[in-house]
Amino acid sequence: MIYIYSFLFAGFVSMLGQLILDNTKLTPGHITSLFVIIGASLDIFNIYDLIVAHVGAGALVPITSFGHLLIHGGLVRAHDLGFIGLMMGVFDLTASGITSAIFFAFIFSLFFKPRD
Amino acid sequence: MEKKLYNKLVMNHKPTEKRAENAFIAFLTGGLVGVIGQLLVEFYSYYLHLSSNDASVFMMVTLIFFASLFTALGFFDKWVKFARCGLIIPITGFAHSMTSAAIEYRKEGFVTGLGANMFKLAGTVILYGVVSAYIFGFIRLIIMGGV
Repeated sequence: MIYIYSFLFAGFVSMLGQLILDNTKLTPGHITSLFVIIGASLDIFNIYDLIVAHVGAGALVPITSFGHLLIHGGLVRAHDLGFIGLMMGVFDLTASGITSAIFFAFIFSLFFKPRD
Repeated sequence: MEKKLYNKLVMNHKPTEKRAENAFIAFLTGGLVGVIGQLLVEFYSYYLHLSSNDASVFMMVTLIFFASLFTALGFFDKWVKFARCGLIIPITGFAHSMTSAAIEYRKEGFVTGLGANMFKLAGTVILYGVVSAYIFGFIRLIIMGGV
């Protein structure tokens, strides 16, 4: 059942992005930025946590989860250390994603040439 | 007159049909990436005995790895052109934008090319993610006072 929810949610978010892309002048960069902000805003009242609990990885795959993980890591640290803790924790949960993306991009750029 | 009307009708209908098709393809591919993510999470938590939080981190790294590899091998661009937001909105799009920028700009040098341009697209995501996370976290702290 969780596979169906994953499929529906990830598909729905992607479709929303495609509809924005086709019907406005916004570029993919605008849309991904917008979705990250939406993901972060949904976590003010733990709404995104609720979605993740019901949908599983389908909610973690779209870029909205990036915003969710940023604010979530920050809030965990902020619990003990307040506003400075918020700064310390923002990258806690996304560090693996950012590090791996930077590392793989660098390594592959050494071995591969651009193609057209 | 009739031909004009016909042309107008065609003009009105052609883009919307393509939009619906694009949206449908994005829905299917985006959903498929979501299902792959869920499969990977269950695979990792079952075979490596990880908690679901750790397994989801492993899942993201796996998706990023394969998106970067496929971009480097050259055929991910074709997939993105076909699926559009179906692959741009999932975390694969983040890896794709970074790897393609890295490969594209490496010939301009390691610092001025690769280093300066790798975050051209991914940088906005990180910038607005961090700024919004901090502002919303701030609001949350003021309203609810901690977790």
